Amino acid sequence: MDGWHGKLLRVNLSTGASKVEDIPDAWLKDYIGGRGLADRYLYEEMDPRVDPYSPDNKLIFATGPLTGTPIPCGARYMVVTKGALTNAITTSNSGGHWGPELRFAGYDLLILEGKAPKPVYLFIYDDVVEVRDAKNFWGKTVSLTEDGLRDELGIPQLRVACIGPAGEKLVRFACIMNDKHRAAGRSGVGAVMGSKNLKAIAVRGTKGVSIAEPEKFMKAMWAMRGRMAVSPGRMGFTELGTAATIDLTNAFGGCPTRNFESGQFEHAENLNGNAIKDTRMVANKACFACTIACGRVTRLAGDISDKYLVNMHPRNWKTAGEGPEYEAAWALGADTGVGDLDAVLKANWLCNDLGMDPISMGATLAAAMELYETNVIDDRHVELPLKFGSGDALVRMVEATAYREGFGDELAEGSKRMGDKFLHPEIFMGVKGQEFPAYDPRGFQGMGIAYATCNRGACHLRAWTPGIETSGAMDPHTPVGKAEWVAAEQNRSTSHDATGICLFTGAAGGTLDDLAACTAAATGVSFDTDDFVKIGERTWNIERLWNLKAGLTSKDDNLPERLLKVPHKSGPAKGVVVHLDQMLPPYYKTRGWDEEGVPTKEKLSELGLAAIG
Amino acid sequence: MSLNLKIIPEKCTGCMQCELACSWVQTGTFQPSRSVIRVNVFDEEASYAPFTCFQCDEAWCMNACPVNAIAIDPTSGAKIVLEKSCVGCHLCTIACPFGTVFTTPGSDLASKCNLCGGNPACATACPTGAITAGDPSNKGPWLEPWGEQVNYRYQEACQTGAN
Repeated sequence: MDGWHGKLLRVNLSTGASKVEDIPDAWLKDYIGGRGLADRYLYEEMDPRVDPYSPDNKLIFATGPLTGTPIPCGARYMVVTKGALTNAITTSNSGGHWGPELRFAGYDLLILEGKAPKPVYLFIYDDVVEVRDAKNFWGKTVSLTEDGLRDELGIPQLRVACIGPAGEKLVRFACIMNDKHRAAGRSGVGAVMGSKNLKAIAVRGTKGVSIAEPEKFMKAMWAMRGRMAVSPGRMGFTELGTAATIDLTNAFGGCPTRNFESGQFEHAENLNGNAIKDTRMVANKACFACTIACGRVTRLAGDISDKYLVNMHPRNWKTAGEGPEYEAAWALGADTGVGDLDAVLKANWLCNDLGMDPISMGATLAAAMELYETNVIDDRHVELPLKFGSGDALVRMVEATAYREGFGDELAEGSKRMGDKFLHPEIFMGVKGQEFPAYDPRGFQGMGIAYATCNRGACHLRAWTPGIETSGAMDPHTPVGKAEWVAAEQNRSTSHDATGICLFTGAAGGTLDDLAACTAAATGVSFDTDDFVKIGERTWNIERLWNLKAGLTSKDDNLPERLLKVPHKSGPAKGVVVHLDQMLPPYYKTRGWDEEGVPTKEKLSELGLAAIG
Repeated sequence: MSLNLKIIPEKCTGCMQCELACSWVQTGTFQPSRSVIRVNVFDEEASYAPFTCFQCDEAWCMNACPVNAIAIDPTSGAKIVLEKSCVGCHLCTIACPFGTVFTTPGSDLASKCNLCGGNPACATACPTGAITAGDPSNKGPWLEPWGEQVNYRYQEACQTGAN
């Protein structure tokens, strides 16, 4: 069918064999692509009970029908596998240029199976697929790997997705990095890739992407672009990037500080959008086909190479790196109490170059700092004092974690496993083993139910409630109406992941109608907004079914005691706790699930899943 | 005097919309590998530079072509490839000092920027104004900043005797 290639590339790393398969048309129509389609394949082909590091775990890279087209922000690909951090299905999204390049090579999906006997990388040049020896790159940082592969293969236009040393060392929250600074970040997809002995996937594609109804597509695309060009949301992203969000969360007492001890960070103005723009930013950077360009290219101010010492020095130390985004600035900054932008920048660059998720890294370090401050661990355990607010500890521990040196070996297991080991499970701030991102549910009640029910563990991207909760339409401190809104939003947001465009278009003037119109024109299938919501719901339910099969239950749709019982002592959210007990039952009801959170027969047959549920 | 494409690298964010638009005009598919405008990325310098044919007044590709397959478009002043005449000898790609003449995979025919007949798609597609279609009567902006830079370095070299 036009719009899709309708092809997937399957590579067995154990044998090195690869083959191209057709994707059933019915699946393309039912799931569109990206996250939905990859979920369907994972559900069909894999036993959810296997260990994430087992060769039987499959690693799927999925693009959507709009990846690689000029629709604004049509750059995204999805990594779907069983998460090393969560033991649940994980769906990590990344931008940059790698996803479109895979589409240009002629594939919608890439499925990796088995485990290579020694470190290898995968090379794809249109129809040429080779599993090659990675001995020159094993142990190297992300930027060295990417440049090294370009040199070794002699193709300057090559796009590379790879893991850093953290992924090789099976750090539970390692990322898959592409284009040096873009990450499929959460849930430890990089550790799964590392467990398969796969260092990198280098892609060059020259075939391009055709679409079904060109005139209709260009008209719909330009309509969307026009709306985005004049949207205040889009202008905000371009001007200040995502880091401006810290002003919003801080104002509402929803910026978790010092491992969720309070909801306001006193040094927030050091880390916000203006601080980055005025002092460290040198340019905007866009992903493929992006008309927003929220990426910040940053430089450290002057020579601070004698501050925040680490053993290794990334090459970009003195030139330019990228970030921090809001989540990274919060996790490495507010959550650990560090208010110095340079320390956060260094830590963020290290996370990028070593291939780690800065959210889980910062949150795990914050949990360790709580252990240190409460004297559970002391200087016998750690090489330098893990005090809240210590930039030295932050930067050094990021490096130590990636290489699993000293106490970094404990941090590399994530805060849930670390808390269990030191008999203080209450320090873990997250859901399903995955640390919270940067919104305190005591400040934004809706995030509580969004975190608790997200299929991949605590995640802000499936339903982002602070927008509507601060707009005046809903009270951020009461649970009324949140469950219904979150369930609907989780369905809506899936469309972006399935078609392969960026979620930010939704906040930057693009609507779901635009997306449906563009997808319909690109594929020639008459999708409308209702179809998209239905496809989103189907995808959500299939992920739920997968998780249930993997052994998760409604007990995993829970929040830590600290959020349910301990209110903030001051700030706008003073005295508020999360009323999850009032949100979870209506959520299950809205979803058409029973009290145990299991999708009912009626719901499944309504979604066309009766045969597999 | 040719229509000018004015390119300001400082405004470029590296989004490749120009490459997509160009390949769309060339091939009817979205295929950046066939675009004749290329964005050069210098990551560590935080610099992205879209780069395409200068439409030289005295075009070397045109002079080099043995079969007169490169002509001047009367509307835009662009140097265009006449595909019916082109024999695929690649001489123009060698003659071009800027590396902006390409060949089409398969047919080997030359492929270069033709300014889309006077309404360049890359300029329309650029979301940041890094590429604009300039006034044909004003040739300056395209080369001026570069010329200044070259002269500045030349004068500096003369003063220090390093020349």
